[in-house]
Formats: sequence, C-alpha cells, structure tokens
Amino acid sequence: MEDRFIIGDKELKSRFLLGTGKFESKEIMQQAIAQSGTEAVTVALRRIDLEETEENILSFIPKGITLMVNTSGARNAKEAIRIARIAREAGYGNWVKVEVINDSRYLLPDNDETIKATEALASEGFVVLPYMHPDLYAAKALVRAGAAAVMPLGSLIGSNQGLKMRTLIEVLIEEIEEVPVIVDAGIGRPSHAAEAMEIGADAVLVNTAVAMAEDPVLMAVAFARGVEAGRMAYLARIGPERATASASSPLTGFLYD
Amino acid sequence: MKVIVNGKTMELADSMNLQDLVSVWKVSSEAVVAELNEQVVKKSLWTKTVLSEGDHLELVSLVGGG
Repeated sequence: MEDRFIIGDKELKSRFLLGTGKFESKEIMQQAIAQSGTEAVTVALRRIDLEETEENILSFIPKGITLMVNTSGARNAKEAIRIARIAREAGYGNWVKVEVINDSRYLLPDNDETIKATEALASEGFVVLPYMHPDLYAAKALVRAGAAAVMPLGSLIGSNQGLKMRTLIEVLIEEIEEVPVIVDAGIGRPSHAAEAMEIGADAVLVNTAVAMAEDPVLMAVAFARGVEAGRMAYLARIGPERATASASSPLTGFLYD
Repeated sequence: MKVIVNGKTMELADSMNLQDLVSVWKVSSEAVVAELNEQVVKKSLWTKTVLSEGDHLELVSLVGGG
C-alpha cells in the first residue's frame, strides 16, 4: 500500500516542509529548497522598505512549490485573518499557516486566538495549517474549526531544542486522526526530525536549523533524509525497548565446551 | 492631502493615483501588494485608483519566514 501524504487539496511527495526565513542569501535558500525535495515552504508578509528595493523572493522559489503564507506579526485572530486575506487576494494561494503570537521572548502561540482565526479562514475556503501549543483540546477544537492539519511546536521557535514537547505531541498523534499532525518549531537536528517521524508525526516543518547551519544546502538534504528515514522506521514498526539483553546469536553451539 | 502609508502620515499632492505614488519610491511594483483601506487593489487598477484624504495604504510584499 502506498504511503501518501495529503493536506487539504494537495498531495505532497515530501514530508519535509521548509521555512524560508533567516537565510544568508536568496540563492542559498533556492538551492536548499531544490536539493531537499521539499514541496511546501512558508513565507511571511511584511511592509516594504520604501527606501530600498528588495529582490522578489518568489523568483527564488521554484514553480510548483506550494506556498504557505504565515500570519506572523498577527497578535490576535483579527490580524491573522487580515494577513491571510491579503495574501490570497494578492495571488499567493489559499494555504495559510496561522501563527498568532503575543510575546517576543518565547514566541509561544495563542491557541484561543488561533482557533478563532482558523474557524473564520476555513469557512472562507482557506487551507489552514495552525501553529499551536500541543494541547489536546485545542487540537480537537482546531479540527472542528476546519483546520487541514495541526502543527504543534516541538520546542520554542528557533531554539534548536528538539522535541521538548514529545509526550504531548505523542498524545496528539494518537488522538487526532482526522488531519495530519506536523511538528513545527524548535527542531534542531535531522535526528530530531527523524524522532518526530518515528513517533508517528505526518511531517515536520524546519526553518532555523537549516537556514543558520554553516552549509544550509547540505543541512536541508540531511533533514530531508532524516525525515524519510524516520518515516520508513515508523512504517517498518520499531521494536520495543527492553530492560535486559536479548542475544543476537543463539547462546548454544559455542566453539568451546 | 494626508495619507497614511505603512503607518506613517505623509503629505501628498491632491488627486495622486496609486501608480504615481509607488513610482515616487524605488518600489518594484512586481513584488508589491497594495492594500488601500483594508482592500487589496489589483496592479491593473493602480493608475485608476486615486487617493483621498485620510486613506490608509499598506504596501507589503512576501519575505522569508518560518
């Protein structure tokens, strides 16, 4: 049986989603996207600098890649909804990563406002991927609100701490069956990404760990392989941990008496 | 007339259209989205969109993000 990854109206061939922030150059970002095989990337919307002309980031994102415009900057549902609508009317697609954050120290998402924004945007036909704090009841509310996936944080954005929220993420993976569970934020190494996939996550979203690596293109490939390895291990069914040893060869027939 | 552009109040000539305004700065219109009074204005309508006193204009574009 094929292992397919479907979000909303699209099938993605890669379970590795990549953020486009913090790259040293747009050329490096472009290569990281191309080499990693990711099929969906996040971008943000900001006021332009009237004094400077910036290169158009879209010319560095290959055609065919699904754009997920995030609502970063939004402090409440109303602001998130407005950003999503601007992005769609501007022709950037109907996939939106709802990100509602009120503090700049921890960048933790506001689940309540996220649920409100998700409900409004889903009813307007957006494919909504909400970035959330892994609370089971919030996740269920997001599903009821029409989210196309739930995206619990692994640990604080940009912290590289890995799956500090592992236990709660496992709860979500176990209990949320209707939509994909995508671990987003704090993943610092390919082994973290593999771990997320091994415990049954449907995909991961990584930004800082790739963009801030000394060789972001190589790191992007490493992450893509980590995600593949983790997914294959999950499908292959990982064995249990034991408290005692279990010999690899028979404890009989030794070459001595 | 006073128009608020990207949060800053600016003094502009009367009956200026959106295209003229954007051309004042080194703005590459290809990548820029204009939202006037909470409505996105398509690029094809910029020359026809005349600004009024008290208008709120946001000029935004996509940037890298997580």
